[in-house]
Amino acid sequence: MIDFLAHLGRSGLHWLSLLGRASIFLFRVLRSQDAVVRRYRLTLIEIYSVGVRSLLIIVVSGLFVGMVLGYQGYITLVNFGAAEALGGVVALSLVRELGPVVTALLFAGRAGSALTAEIGLMKTTEQLSAMEMMAVDPYRRVFAPRFFAGFLSMPLLAAIFSAVGVMGGFIVGVGLLGVDSGSYFSQMQAVTDWREDVVSGVIKSIVFGFVVTWIAIFQGLDAEPTSEGISRATTQTVVASALAVLGLDFILTGLMFT
Amino acid sequence: MKLRYLEVSVGLFVLLGIAALFYLAIQVSNIVEYRDGDTYEVTAYFDHIGGLKARAPVTVSGVRIGRVSDIAYDPERFQARVTLAIRSGQDHLPADTQASIFTAGLLGEQYIGLEPGGDFEVLADGDEILFTQSALVLENMIGRVLTNFSSD
Repeated sequence: MIDFLAHLGRSGLHWLSLLGRASIFLFRVLRSQDAVVRRYRLTLIEIYSVGVRSLLIIVVSGLFVGMVLGYQGYITLVNFGAAEALGGVVALSLVRELGPVVTALLFAGRAGSALTAEIGLMKTTEQLSAMEMMAVDPYRRVFAPRFFAGFLSMPLLAAIFSAVGVMGGFIVGVGLLGVDSGSYFSQMQAVTDWREDVVSGVIKSIVFGFVVTWIAIFQGLDAEPTSEGISRATTQTVVASALAVLGLDFILTGLMFT
Repeated sequence: MKLRYLEVSVGLFVLLGIAALFYLAIQVSNIVEYRDGDTYEVTAYFDHIGGLKARAPVTVSGVRIGRVSDIAYDPERFQARVTLAIRSGQDHLPADTQASIFTAGLLGEQYIGLEPGGDFEVLADGDEILFTQSALVLENMIGRVLTNFSSD
């Protein structure tokens, strides 16, 4: 019984200190954001590796998600004789939910895990300590550009995902299943509101970009400096990001669309 | 050379993202409606508005000329007050225009259809549409049919 209580207290303290370290880390990264402008070359490199190189997977999965939505939406709607409403179904589900959420999940797998592994390895090979020895602030040199790159890339990637998904739905709905192309887009415009739906989706993806990049970089920094530790941290990044994104999505949806 | 490639590809990425946002705004969503330009507002009182919602279309002969900007309940008249925002270009509606609430299709959303009257005066900002027809409520209709049957 006493053992159980001690265990409970220990794990509670463990989580609390983790949260504390993560918050302090976030604060220091945010304070070092001036390095983003001052070392814009580093930022460019990070945007390239985090954003540009995620483009392919985002475009391909956006296309397929849109096409699947086209199929599924059609099958359901045609029973009610409302196949013309397909455009609205595809656009709303993409812009509100699937665009930001799936992009964030893919981003966590594609870019987040890479960030964690990179920084974890830097820590393990003591590159971070070496930088500090040379009076180079790793927060400015390493973390700030990476954080900004993730923060910037996510909304852009989510917008690309949704736009490509709408075209994928168009290919299947109009091209294969014979929905009228005019009503596909007019229905879409009738139900999708710029402020309520599109802007809310963008805000969602900004929040997700912030959280996923934060988790990824912090997990790298907080990793045990062993090869096993890095592998565990990489797994942790994907798991924690996915849970955070899905949980936050529930809260944000509740706040935005009522 | 390396930096050049980097800059161009990042620039392209950002451009692509912004283009996607523009696409979502213009092709997918109704941002065009936000630029309705100048509108003038008229009110209409209905006994029952059915499922009419704010931002529903206002049409004449099926052509969209504005939207419902506000719906409220007037406690003095015991009626629903619906405010219509009509584009300034459409300022030729006679004062005795009738406003009715219709349904687009069997399950579609409800909208307001205006039928112009014959008056020489035209509706201006702040005017009230006097002739209105409420939404059809299915339960009332069924009730009326049933009472007709039983009275036979």
